Amino acid sequence: MTNAGGSAPGGQDFEQVLDHSDARVAQFQRRRTALDRVQHLLHNNPTLVAVFVLLLSLVAFGIVAGERFFSAFNLSLILQQVSIIGMLAAAQSLIIITAGIDLSVAAIMVLMSVIMGNLAVNMGVPTPLAILVGFAGGAAAGAMNGLLITKVKLPPFITTLGTWSIFFALNLWLSGAQSIRSQDIDANAPLLKFFGRSVNVAGAQITYGVVLMIALFVLLWYMLNYTAWGRHVYAIGDDKEAAEMAGIRTDRTLVSVYALAGLVCAIAGWASIGRVGSISPQSFYEGNLQSITAVVIGGISLFGGRGSILGALFGALIVGVFQSGLRIAGVDVLWQVFAIGWLIIIAVAIDQWIRRVSA
Amino acid sequence: MTDRNVPLVQARGIVKRYGHVTAIDHSDFELRHGEILAVIGDNGAGKSSIVKAICGAIQPDEGEILIEGKPVRFSSPIEAREMGIEIVYQTLALSPALSIADNMFTGREIRKPGILGKWFRMLDKPAMERFAREKLNELGLMTVQSIKQPVETLSGGQRQGVAVARAAAFATKFIIMDEPTAALGVKESRRVLELIKEVRARGIAIILISHNMPHVFEVADRIHIHRLGRRLCTIDPRDYTMSDAVAFMTGAKVPEEAAATV
Ligand SMILES: Nc1ncnc2c1ncn2[C@@H]1O[C@H](COP(=O)(O)OP(=O)(O)OP(=O)(O)O)[C@@H](O)[C@H]1O
Ligand SMILES: [Mg+2]
Repeated sequence: MTNAGGSAPGGQDFEQVLDHSDARVAQFQRRRTALDRVQHLLHNNPTLVAVFVLLLSLVAFGIVAGERFFSAFNLSLILQQVSIIGMLAAAQSLIIITAGIDLSVAAIMVLMSVIMGNLAVNMGVPTPLAILVGFAGGAAAGAMNGLLITKVKLPPFITTLGTWSIFFALNLWLSGAQSIRSQDIDANAPLLKFFGRSVNVAGAQITYGVVLMIALFVLLWYMLNYTAWGRHVYAIGDDKEAAEMAGIRTDRTLVSVYALAGLVCAIAGWASIGRVGSISPQSFYEGNLQSITAVVIGGISLFGGRGSILGALFGALIVGVFQSGLRIAGVDVLWQVFAIGWLIIIAVAIDQWIRRVSA
Repeated sequence: MTDRNVPLVQARGIVKRYGHVTAIDHSDFELRHGEILAVIGDNGAGKSSIVKAICGAIQPDEGEILIEGKPVRFSSPIEAREMGIEIVYQTLALSPALSIADNMFTGREIRKPGILGKWFRMLDKPAMERFAREKLNELGLMTVQSIKQPVETLSGGQRQGVAVARAAAFATKFIIMDEPTAALGVKESRRVLELIKEVRARGIAIILISHNMPHVFEVADRIHIHRLGRRLCTIDPRDYTMSDAVAFMTGAKVPEEAAATV
């Protein structure tokens, strides 16, 4: 456009005055209160809340619980404790960013660890192959969720509520409700415990599982922010219909998201064997809800399309810091649960407030 | 070289039903090379529906659609887009939380050259942002703070500008615009109208749905009047007044036989 005003011969009479009009367009100079600014800042970076809460709680518990909390060893212990839920939260973030929810993440994880253990420990399958079968199973389980949601058009909540039960039942059946003992894993398939190994860095015990969790978060963050696929995932969570009309193959992308989440759960399943030491079909029963907790506290909107996957890492860490700090301070475990409950409610309230930001 | 005597789009006997509602009732449609065809009609006449059928956003139950003489059956607008057909939807189809640049390139992102793009599939964000800024400036429709700002922080008119700029930037055959000036002010509407004429000057045809009669009569080469789910007639704006057009589309007056063949 070269012609800024309305000097076109076809213009209507009342438009002639446009030639003399102010050429400036929409200026952004509304007066803003400090609170408005905070709201805008958080709107653009919802993860900041989680970062802030994490730092604040570290300082607070450092003061209250002192040395025993703030030691390199204890801090690395917190990392270890959140590593498995952290990975589940990474998988859960992918789904929640698409405005879905996955109640089956922990069930997929445990089922795949049972499959890996059964194959490698009880049936003598080479461990790397057993692990690959577990990965494929995780991706397939996730893809099943995705296909039910996109092709059969079931709501994610109900779909994954159903598959949660299905995967849990399969898991009890395959394992005969029996755990695989630590000694048997060591004797037959020590590779399954790979992620339980650790290196000592200045008094901190860094397990390979912790490194894996962080690597997964960084990789997924890159995929979500620097690839077309990632932009499509956000667009779908934002407004699925608009994304479809704008030329995104939404169903295909959604199935890929659920399958990838399932794969991440299977990877977490492998890492969980190293963390727990044994393979128990009854473990991580609360993993689904804990992963959602981490995601929500991390500032990822349950309405989709908003928030950074790194927030889920911070959310998981916040939960770990609270649990560790309160325990070291000698507070009854019920108050840990109580505190986490309030964190969830406050996080969702903040999300609601941020989303009401005025244009 | 395409034969310019063959219409760019020709649709015959299109039918689309939603349960008991017949949104398109055996309607015909014709768009010629390089023209601006306005489509007018009452609310609910089926204007949006027929253009959606042409671009693959909905699949008609009956009828055939020819593009440059060749029958097509798009199963999604992505296929139409691959042929160089762009649509500005009445609802805009923008993702509010994504940036202006992200929105301009949804589904046709540019990757970095070399290994970063090929193996790591990394997006070339600077290139996309540069292109988006260029296109918005060309349109002169708005000054925005930043090309990275989320679309939801724009006013309704600015959002419409982004959607129009996106279509104009990528179309090679024709653009469908469903009420592109509905949310715009006088000045911004004027710019969109100028843009429409400019696009035509580049040889790209436009289907313009609008309720604004002065706009329609100013830019249209032909006017397709839609009534009760079908094409009532097509008129030449030089032969009729706005009152005639409104009378036809509301059923107050019946067009003579000759008008239907313009
Ligand atoms: N998805 C749908 N489901 C059911 N009915 C629909 C659907 N889309 C359109 N219709 C119906 O089809 C008819 C035509 O709608 P359409 O949107 O094409 O009208 P329009 O001419 O574009 O109207 P407007 O000027 O208000 O935009 C209406 O009666 C509408 O209710
Ligand atoms: Mg319409």
